[in-house]
Amino acid sequence: MPIYSFIRPLLALILAPLLLGVVNKTKAFFAGRVGQPLLQPYYDISRLLRKGAVYSKTTSWVFRAAPVVCLAAVLIALLMVPLGGRAPLAFGGDIILLAYLLGLVRFLIVIGALDTGSSFEGMGASREVQFSAMAEPALLLGLAALIRKTGCWSLSDIFQGLTFHGLLHIGPAVLLVAGALLVVFLAENARIPVDDPNTHLELTMIHEVMVLDNSGPDFAFVLYAASLKLWVLGALLVNILLPVRTGAAWADTAAAMGGLVVLAVITGVIESTMARMRLVRVPHLLVAAGVLSTLALVLVLR
Amino acid sequence: MNTWTDGLLIVLVLTNLRLLGTSRLSASIQIVALQGIVMGVLPLVATGADVLVLPLASICLKGVVFPWLLLHSLREAKRLREIQPFVGYTASLLAGIVMLAAAIWMTGHLPLPAHEGPALLVPVALFTVMVGLFVIVTRRTAAKQVLGYLSMENGIYAFGMAFVREEPFLVGVGILLDAFMAVFVMGIAIFHINREFDHIEVDRLDTLKG
Repeated sequence: MPIYSFIRPLLALILAPLLLGVVNKTKAFFAGRVGQPLLQPYYDISRLLRKGAVYSKTTSWVFRAAPVVCLAAVLIALLMVPLGGRAPLAFGGDIILLAYLLGLVRFLIVIGALDTGSSFEGMGASREVQFSAMAEPALLLGLAALIRKTGCWSLSDIFQGLTFHGLLHIGPAVLLVAGALLVVFLAENARIPVDDPNTHLELTMIHEVMVLDNSGPDFAFVLYAASLKLWVLGALLVNILLPVRTGAAWADTAAAMGGLVVLAVITGVIESTMARMRLVRVPHLLVAAGVLSTLALVLVLR
Repeated sequence: MNTWTDGLLIVLVLTNLRLLGTSRLSASIQIVALQGIVMGVLPLVATGADVLVLPLASICLKGVVFPWLLLHSLREAKRLREIQPFVGYTASLLAGIVMLAAAIWMTGHLPLPAHEGPALLVPVALFTVMVGLFVIVTRRTAAKQVLGYLSMENGIYAFGMAFVREEPFLVGVGILLDAFMAVFVMGIAIFHINREFDHIEVDRLDTLKG
């Protein structure tokens, strides 16, 4: 494992909150506002890290462990996702480990929320679990289609196998997977057609409601883990849609990171131009994403 | 070439799924119009047909005339969406995937004569026919049933395209004329049902007898 392959995850650690800043700037541009500074997510995290944490008496060690373990799980996931080159951690079947590391993050946030004993957080947890149960098949079936198409079991190998030339050749199936992953990306990161990251209305909240009781460094961990998760899922999409393989590591990495910024801008545009769906309509969207993935799988299996 | 036909066939599958998944009637009409246009373009891309008249007539009829006719009768009926189908929209989408798998399975098991068209053509044609039937059976409004009929007709057209290389011109025109008459009559029927009963839901018609 070459030492320089750790440069990309290191860059991800530094740049991940920037993507949130780009999304917010795009939304501000659409609304005709100046908006918060581009680096605001960094300011938030560093401010929270300097504060002390408050723990409710009803919570147990589960609540304290959740943010830390959650951040750790996302960090491992980050090591497995290639971005313009092989990832430091690549082995056959890491694709499944990735899906379940993301599942672990979700599970920990959910039991942390339930541990507070607040009915309000329980409501958010229930929604989160319901929607993620529908988003996960879309993710796994889409990845299964890619495995079948390239014949590789590791994320790094799969994305090495996808090239622009191949994209033209096997185009439709890959585009269907990309469409499904875009929906998963928006749903898992609590972006707009599924969840509104700005509101704090009990009727609509999913993700924010579950971390209401976290404070100080714990909340900083949760925020940082969320931005890394955005990076990880975004990297999957960028790898599929922008397979730049020039051979020069720095050029590939730069292209992939440019792709991530573009993806953040697209997310901002989607958030500015679409309304959040009614909660009862969200499963329909997620099932549709699952159907796209299944269609892609059927096409490559045929 | 191959990528283009495959792309068009997948667009066809996606239009079918969208037809299953949407409750808005005007969106369904646009989707079926798109389906008709794809159906017209498909023989041009797939086989490079030398007779342009029939595909062009098909595009005009299915892409412009039918949608206009249906949108017109819907505007009279003032119905924008179908509220309660017999099978819900999410369940319909899942049924759609099952139907797609069944269509592909059937293609492998039917004793079909060899054909030179793209490999996806027959399964997609079968899938389109199934979706059309499904929509006819599970939707309440007359407009949705007309759309199901059109989708089924598209599927049969695609199925014919796979096996009949040189479809006699007269037969093609005859089929189009039939479809046109059917939609014309159904459009009038929707209009009249609506004028008599203030709704276009077909299942409520059977309470009339007696």
